[in-house]
Amino acid sequence: MADSIGICDHQNVHPMSGEISRDEVAHVASLARLRLSEDELDTFTKQLCVVLETAADLNSLDLDDVEPMAQPYPLANVLRSDEIIPSLDRDEVLAQAPVAEDGRFRVPPALGEAP
Amino acid sequence: MNTATELAAHVRSGDQSASVALAEALGSIADSDHDINAFLHLTRDRAEQQALAIDQAVAAGTDPGPLAGVPIAIKDNMCTRGEPTTCSSKILEGWRPPYDATVISRLEAAGAIIVGKTNLDEFAMGSSTENSAFGATRNPHDLSRVPGGSSGGSAAAVAAGYVPLSLGSDTGGSIRQPAALCGVVGVKPTYGAVSRYGLIAFASSLDQIGPFATNVTDAALCYDVIAGHDPLDATSIPIEQASTLATLGDGVAGMRIGIIDELCGEGIDADVIARTHEAADALRAAGATVETVSIPATIYGLAAYYLIAPAEASSNLARFDGVRYGQRVDGVNVAAMNVATRSAGFGDEVKRRIMLGTYALSSGYYDAYYGKAQKVRSLISDEFATAYKSFDLLLSPTSPSTAFKIGAKSDPMALYMCDVCTIPSNLAGHPALSVPFGAGDDGLPIGVQVLAPMLDEAKMFRAAKVLEDAAGGQS
Repeated sequence: MADSIGICDHQNVHPMSGEISRDEVAHVASLARLRLSEDELDTFTKQLCVVLETAADLNSLDLDDVEPMAQPYPLANVLRSDEIIPSLDRDEVLAQAPVAEDGRFRVPPALGEAP
Repeated sequence: MNTATELAAHVRSGDQSASVALAEALGSIADSDHDINAFLHLTRDRAEQQALAIDQAVAAGTDPGPLAGVPIAIKDNMCTRGEPTTCSSKILEGWRPPYDATVISRLEAAGAIIVGKTNLDEFAMGSSTENSAFGATRNPHDLSRVPGGSSGGSAAAVAAGYVPLSLGSDTGGSIRQPAALCGVVGVKPTYGAVSRYGLIAFASSLDQIGPFATNVTDAALCYDVIAGHDPLDATSIPIEQASTLATLGDGVAGMRIGIIDELCGEGIDADVIARTHEAADALRAAGATVETVSIPATIYGLAAYYLIAPAEASSNLARFDGVRYGQRVDGVNVAAMNVATRSAGFGDEVKRRIMLGTYALSSGYYDAYYGKAQKVRSLISDEFATAYKSFDLLLSPTSPSTAFKIGAKSDPMALYMCDVCTIPSNLAGHPALSVPFGAGDDGLPIGVQVLAPMLDEAKMFRAAKVLEDAAGGQS
């Protein structure tokens, strides 16, 4: 159904061209641990294309000699003195977890199938 | 309703009971919030205990602080110990944080009473407060219209007269734009001026907490309480600012103020531009010189922001994985549980931004998107620095239009355009506020934006006070 996606047809996608393909959206969703339905994939692909087209406006700027800026205020290596201070109460924290056991967060198996 | 300043004075002098003031606030919320939906949750027990403690302190001759007995509403992305904190997301439904945000501790230490948690666009991503898992908030001036966003619940709570003060967070305009649309004052402080410990992160290099108030004096009073260094926030600036309240009445005589040309043209409604020029006239009448200034890079702010903010969000929101807090949807293994939890728990706008950010940061695209956006950020910051060599403050509209109808902007990009005037300050890290200045052709409130250099909140509040007095004199 590439036709319905119009400008986001899959071929020859270049960075900052304002295009992202349906397959790329599916890949990005899996990287971000999101599952999308077929309809959602269509909708999100169109919407992300529009945003990325706007981002392509930046291509008109000459930025070769400009340094990137990561944050507004130049603080670096913020350290505190090495003193023991109270931390959050463990039971209070674990009481808010979906599942906890023996003072720890409990999760399904990290590898393979559940027994 | 009393202003926060008046109410605190009456409570401190013993003329008014904090418990009675709280009961009145809770009563007005119960009467009309089913229509407006500003609040997600009331912190009634905590508030009643705090009010009682304040009344007892006054009776014992102790000063409870500059916000004694003042009810305040808190955007629901700031942690309140033992009270729900949802970010208007299903993924955090039922979670009760094990600690208070620093702003909460500071407010209570100053005598304020936390009455409840307000609605927002999910994880503060939006400009209309329609995008909440718990329903839209409506504008108290016209219930068919949005309050703006993402801090729409906090703006509406003040505009509706429930409380004289509230807190919001502003990543691309999420305090200033709803303040403009609801006809109240909204302040985005300097990046690092107010601690973000306990603010659930959206875009860490942009997020800032700030106050909403019905008037500039109350906003300055609240700002002075919440500002200041906090060792629990590594981005908190380690200096103490002078009181902004102390110099609030000093006026603008002799100040040089620039109107940002690029933010007063295409895409901005004519009535909004007209009020901005009238605000300039009011500043001139008070003794400032006002000239037009060009800051060309501001027009690229929107494009840069919608790469940087989603990139940071995609990283920050990775923590919502069903392990440590909030909702979990089970799966056969950890990865399946993560996917099931996040797919069910996040709304569409949050998913859109996570994917956009993941893409902008991914291998092969990083330099072209995120890297380029960071360079544009430098450009904007440099152009602001140049402008501030010639000007003390800058002036612009806050929002391109007055409040729009609920459902009118269903296309994501149309909503993103709402932030065009407010985003540049977040990218530069500078303070800016919105102050009501007249009405639009539709009779709805218009706000004008005052922008200041880093840590120059005091001058910003002085200009806002002049504008507030002039706007009051007009009506």
